[in-house]
Amino acid sequence: MPDETLDCTGLSCPMPIVKLAKTVKPMEAGDSITVTADDPGFEPDIQAWVDAQGHELTSLEEEGGVFTAVIELK
Amino acid sequence: MADESGQKKATIIVFSGTMDKVMAALIVATTAAAMGMQVTMYYTFWGLSALKKGATADCERNWMQKMLGWMLPKKAADLPLSQLHMAGMGAGMMKKIMEQKNMQSLDELMETAIDLDIRMIACQTSMSAMGICKEELLDTVEIAGAATYVGEAQDGAFNLFIS
Repeated sequence: MPDETLDCTGLSCPMPIVKLAKTVKPMEAGDSITVTADDPGFEPDIQAWVDAQGHELTSLEEEGGVFTAVIELK
Repeated sequence: MADESGQKKATIIVFSGTMDKVMAALIVATTAAAMGMQVTMYYTFWGLSALKKGATADCERNWMQKMLGWMLPKKAADLPLSQLHMAGMGAGMMKKIMEQKNMQSLDELMETAIDLDIRMIACQTSMSAMGICKEELLDTVEIAGAATYVGEAQDGAFNLFIS
């Protein structure tokens, strides 16, 4: 079960990534977070953020233009 | 490329004093900070207008510097568009569209950048040339010279010049 959820729907670049970075700051390795966003660039962006930070993208789904990403922090 | 903490660095010189270019610089800067990089933004020449908070301080200026002060934007929100400014109509329309699209304004992006601990440096030499004093700039701005920028840029994973 995800530990934390973050709703970034309605926000456009760069805010979903900025908000996500701020939200995970106090979290620890092993925690996970579920992020929802409808910014069209979110899919490649979340992958790039996860790669840069060394976290793991456990799942990424899209439904009706809304992306839901589950990330496990490393 | 990275300091002792393993954090990569990025630097951006903001030479342009136009809304769209400064916004593009701030979007890259805030994203880099959100991706774990240590970001430095160095504002020089026209770019200094982006750091103005709208206060007029009583600092020493000659008549040419006073004229410059009258002609340049008094605060970041007054920056013109680099294209299609059309005496302010273009900038007004762009702001309206960005608001509709739920994009951050220039002021909000600047606030986000400061909140992310991005280092904001104003070029001392440009400030004296253009007659801009510290009191007219945002409180978090550091005043320094090019060596401070180059010191950071030496370790930069990327260094940009926004003209």
